[in-house]
Amino acid sequence: MSVADIQVEEHLAHDDHGDHHEQSFISKYIFSTDHKTIAKQFLITGIIWAIIGGALSVIFRLQLGFPEMQLEWLRPILGKWITEGGKLDSEFYLALVTMHGTIMVFFVLTAGLSGTFSNFLIPLQIGARDMASGFMNMLSYWFFFLSSVIMFVSLFLETGPAGGGWTVYPPLSALPQAIAGSGAGMTLWLVSMVFFIASTLLGGINYITTVINMRTEGLSFSRLPLTIWAFFITAVIGLLSFPVLVAAALLLVFDRSFGTSFYLSEIYINGEALPNVGGSPILYQHLFWFLGHPEVYIVILPALGITSEIISTNSRKPIFGYRAMIGSILAIAFLSFIVWAHHMFVTGLNPFLGSIFMFLTLIIAVPSAVKAFNYITTMWKGNIVFTPAMLFSIGLVSFFISGGLTGLFLGNSAVDITLHDTYFVVAHFHLVMGSASFFGLLAGVYHWFPKMFGRMMDERLGYIHFWSTFVGVYLVFFPLHYIGIAGFPRRYYSFTSFDAFSSFADLNSFVSLAAILTFGAQFIFLFNFFFSIYKGRKAPKNPWNSNTLEWTTPELPGHGNWPGAIPKVYRWPYDYSKPGSESDFIPQHIPYSQTPESNLPHEAELAKKEEISQVNESK
Amino acid sequence: MANTAVVVDESSANPWGGGVAPMKASYGKLMMWFFLLSDAFTFSALLITYGMIRYSHPAYEGAISDFAFSQEYWPIPEMVFEAVPFLHGVHAPLVFVGIMTFILILSSVTMVLAVEAGHRMDRKGVEKWMLWTIIGGITFLGCQAWEWSHFIHGADMSKNVGSNLIQGANLSINQYGPSNFAALFFFITGFHGFHVFSGVVINFIIFYQATVGILERRGHYEMVEKVGLYWHFVDLVWVFVFTFFYLV
Repeated sequence: MSVADIQVEEHLAHDDHGDHHEQSFISKYIFSTDHKTIAKQFLITGIIWAIIGGALSVIFRLQLGFPEMQLEWLRPILGKWITEGGKLDSEFYLALVTMHGTIMVFFVLTAGLSGTFSNFLIPLQIGARDMASGFMNMLSYWFFFLSSVIMFVSLFLETGPAGGGWTVYPPLSALPQAIAGSGAGMTLWLVSMVFFIASTLLGGINYITTVINMRTEGLSFSRLPLTIWAFFITAVIGLLSFPVLVAAALLLVFDRSFGTSFYLSEIYINGEALPNVGGSPILYQHLFWFLGHPEVYIVILPALGITSEIISTNSRKPIFGYRAMIGSILAIAFLSFIVWAHHMFVTGLNPFLGSIFMFLTLIIAVPSAVKAFNYITTMWKGNIVFTPAMLFSIGLVSFFISGGLTGLFLGNSAVDITLHDTYFVVAHFHLVMGSASFFGLLAGVYHWFPKMFGRMMDERLGYIHFWSTFVGVYLVFFPLHYIGIAGFPRRYYSFTSFDAFSSFADLNSFVSLAAILTFGAQFIFLFNFFFSIYKGRKAPKNPWNSNTLEWTTPELPGHGNWPGAIPKVYRWPYDYSKPGSESDFIPQHIPYSQTPESNLPHEAELAKKEEISQVNESK
Repeated sequence: MANTAVVVDESSANPWGGGVAPMKASYGKLMMWFFLLSDAFTFSALLITYGMIRYSHPAYEGAISDFAFSQEYWPIPEMVFEAVPFLHGVHAPLVFVGIMTFILILSSVTMVLAVEAGHRMDRKGVEKWMLWTIIGGITFLGCQAWEWSHFIHGADMSKNVGSNLIQGANLSINQYGPSNFAALFFFITGFHGFHVFSGVVINFIIFYQATVGILERRGHYEMVEKVGLYWHFVDLVWVFVFTFFYLV
């Protein structure tokens, strides 16, 4: 088979220049095709974006929490975005929320999360030398980098970055004369997103084909770690939903710059009637949310996969309901494509159609609850090791539950009429998708840091970071539910313009303070991260006594990952505390024939077959 | 090493058991399939957009013989696309676009022949059929350029009704019907044309690689198969675009 030949050739080629091949600085650290380096590039870029995105949110929280505050001291950074009176410019406020959303959703929690961990873990956990196409993988990062540069440049435009909300709904985003944030900033936003999507596509195609074609011998899909399942399905979702955003964005580009009316009809602006007729802004919302809803699962599924792995390892117990976990990932992925209109209940959607979308939306609660219960039952009576990664994973489960419950309210079309576009929605998605997925990202960094950099992160700083962030997130987002139920709309510049909400002024100041402290706590992590890269304690090969293949590589795996042959896989990845076994973990590459004391009856049968094949090999 | 081939274990019985390519396809070919799947969603989104905007406009109600261009209703395609080069003033509905479609489909046939020649390691055959495919693609693009040019310059003004004093078409206004009729035409056939253009470019690269013997030295002509997949996809999309714009 020519297929197999190609792969064999490649493996040989990798083996040939294993360790003693000197690479130049540029090919080793910049234009690298090694999946581990690319993963680190995604991680570092994601961290930089997270700092920028977080800082933007602190600025607008200052405005919301302390509307009377003199912000003159921000003038060195924000320049004329601080008005004469020392206040935040109201249009720039819109740009801040827009960029905060865009950066966090796309650059941090999509590229920073999937880009880091899919790249790092897929080859290591499936037993491959590298991704299927290292070159495309490199392109994927550099497209992301280009898109990052464009988005970053847009922050410094005279008219400001895009200001129409991260969903950039037309007609606001389609008419440059509408607000400053619909001008050049919006154009750059669209250009940047096109490159971002190209990057996601290149990465996603690579992840999918690598998982299908390059699993090591014995690693069937029913033995795949749940991390890989999650990355695989995430890539499939991205592959099918992002192209629809391309279509939506290109049509918007034409409306903005070339005079078409795909999304525009019968509009007056500044008393002047526009010539555009025949389009529909609702069309954009349909196209956008066909991506937008799957996007939230693109953000959360990798985090859930990482959590499955970490919770099982640190509970020293097999994951509860392995197949149910896979089934729930598949169910969530399928449902994610047929619920998009629940973002559009108040657009004049036919109420009957609304009830169908409501029904489909509420079904998502079933697979989500399966996952939540399985995490809890995995920990139940486990021999829990509270590493920082484990704490962050438990934190994720907590956010996933408390944020998920409010999803049941919002999914009901009747309830959504009151809650739509209020702070209740903000609280909901910041908990269930924002913070949960962010905790998954942090858990992953704490857990796989030893394999990435060959050193350990400091545990004590990790605990401080966890507790301050965990408590901080609840202090920020829990009060927002009340503000939302009271009816305050999101994206509004000022609370104090309405008497009805002045009683929430204290609560808002409290939220802002909590947000600033939580943001500050992240610098503990940053210090820990960068300090440990250089000065951390040297990591052992398998610091967490974990079963998956990446822990069979050397302390700091080189090009090609395994110095010798690629290990074969004989069992699933969750043989923790198996009855009869002396050690409380049996890694995936240990054959059943070596563990007769702990084999179950059907595994004893498999062990016999292994013995036959080993005899054959030694002949 | 020969002994390892006789190893009987569960993984060699199960193509999904790891260690082998389960679909008997190289990663490159799988990547092309997944890319095409993704691209299919882009085109679906565009065609759904077309459908939604098309049906938010009224259709023409009267007899076909009385049809005239108006901003009030969506035009009948066969009254718009009726021109053929060198036959000025002749009413030949959908003849020219029929020829274009035929040429594109023919180029898919020559692509199949190129792939087949590649399987036989027939370098001359690959060169010949790739060249014909490229010629087919360029001809299609040329036809599209003519059609666009005719569409932009416009038909006879006497076909307009009422106060419709526009001739020809651009992205914001056109003589044939509502503004989005031409805008969607330009956007979707343009997006497809861009795909054809990219296809011609990559076909040419592969043709060049075949001609200088790169593929022969590699020992297989799989690259021809991969670009072939893309080319068939572009043709398939055209069938849908054709159906939506010209037939429905």
